[in-house]
Amino acid sequence: MVHHLLFFVFAALAVGGALNLLVQKHPISSALSLILVMGSLALLYLLLGAEFVAAIQIIVYAGAIMVLFVFVIMLLNAGEEEHTKGSRFVMVFGIPAVAVLVGMIVYVLANRSQMNTGIELGAFVGSTSGVANLLFKEFLLPFEVTSVLILIAIMGAVVLARREP
Amino acid sequence: MVPVSYYLVLSAILFTIGVAAFLFKRNIITIFMSIELMLNAVNLSFVAFANLHHDLSGHVFVFFVMVVAAAEAAVGLAIIIAVFRTRETLNVDRVNLLKL
Repeated sequence: MVHHLLFFVFAALAVGGALNLLVQKHPISSALSLILVMGSLALLYLLLGAEFVAAIQIIVYAGAIMVLFVFVIMLLNAGEEEHTKGSRFVMVFGIPAVAVLVGMIVYVLANRSQMNTGIELGAFVGSTSGVANLLFKEFLLPFEVTSVLILIAIMGAVVLARREP
Repeated sequence: MVPVSYYLVLSAILFTIGVAAFLFKRNIITIFMSIELMLNAVNLSFVAFANLHHDLSGHVFVFFVMVVAAAEAAVGLAIIIAVFRTRETLNVDRVNLLKL
């Protein structure tokens, strides 16, 4: 019962935040509603027993990445977005396409009996030590490769954002 | 007992809203944010499947997705700054030098 209540409250918050991202005109409002989505997703991760993922969701996503976004929005002094002719065309064809996409995914999911197994609250807890064990044993090579990726990304960001001399 | 499919449907809905925002938005920063929303939706289904199969590998994959998202955000926002510097606009319809 508690699980249902928490799930529906935070699922509604997540969907509401995502819709608000879509509807808002100003990028700052969109960024703040995206933070709301990420916060409610963190709680859903906790309901699924993913403690480590919930923590890094808040720290990395809602913390680091969104702060970067808000910084850039303020740095570039982004105002309200303007709509041009092309966006009407997208509206007419995009809304049915999107509806078909979500309908197809839900149809596929509903026809799989395996998907109806219930999730018991606290039946499966992904502890940080368990994740670390996997990360530093089975996934050691990908983990090291991502550190190279991050290094390249940092250098790329510095080079790209540098003012031309 | 909430069925796994509820989480997966929520993930599908969030992903589709992300696709819609990607199509409808004209501000390049908001388009970028909708990509992040799509990545988040996929992460939710990873965690839901990890719970379904009682396998922690899903959590490790979410970790990798977050690392890639962080790298992508850093590079992407640098590109946005570079575009703004040369074109002085954030509207994707006005970044059209390659158009005939």
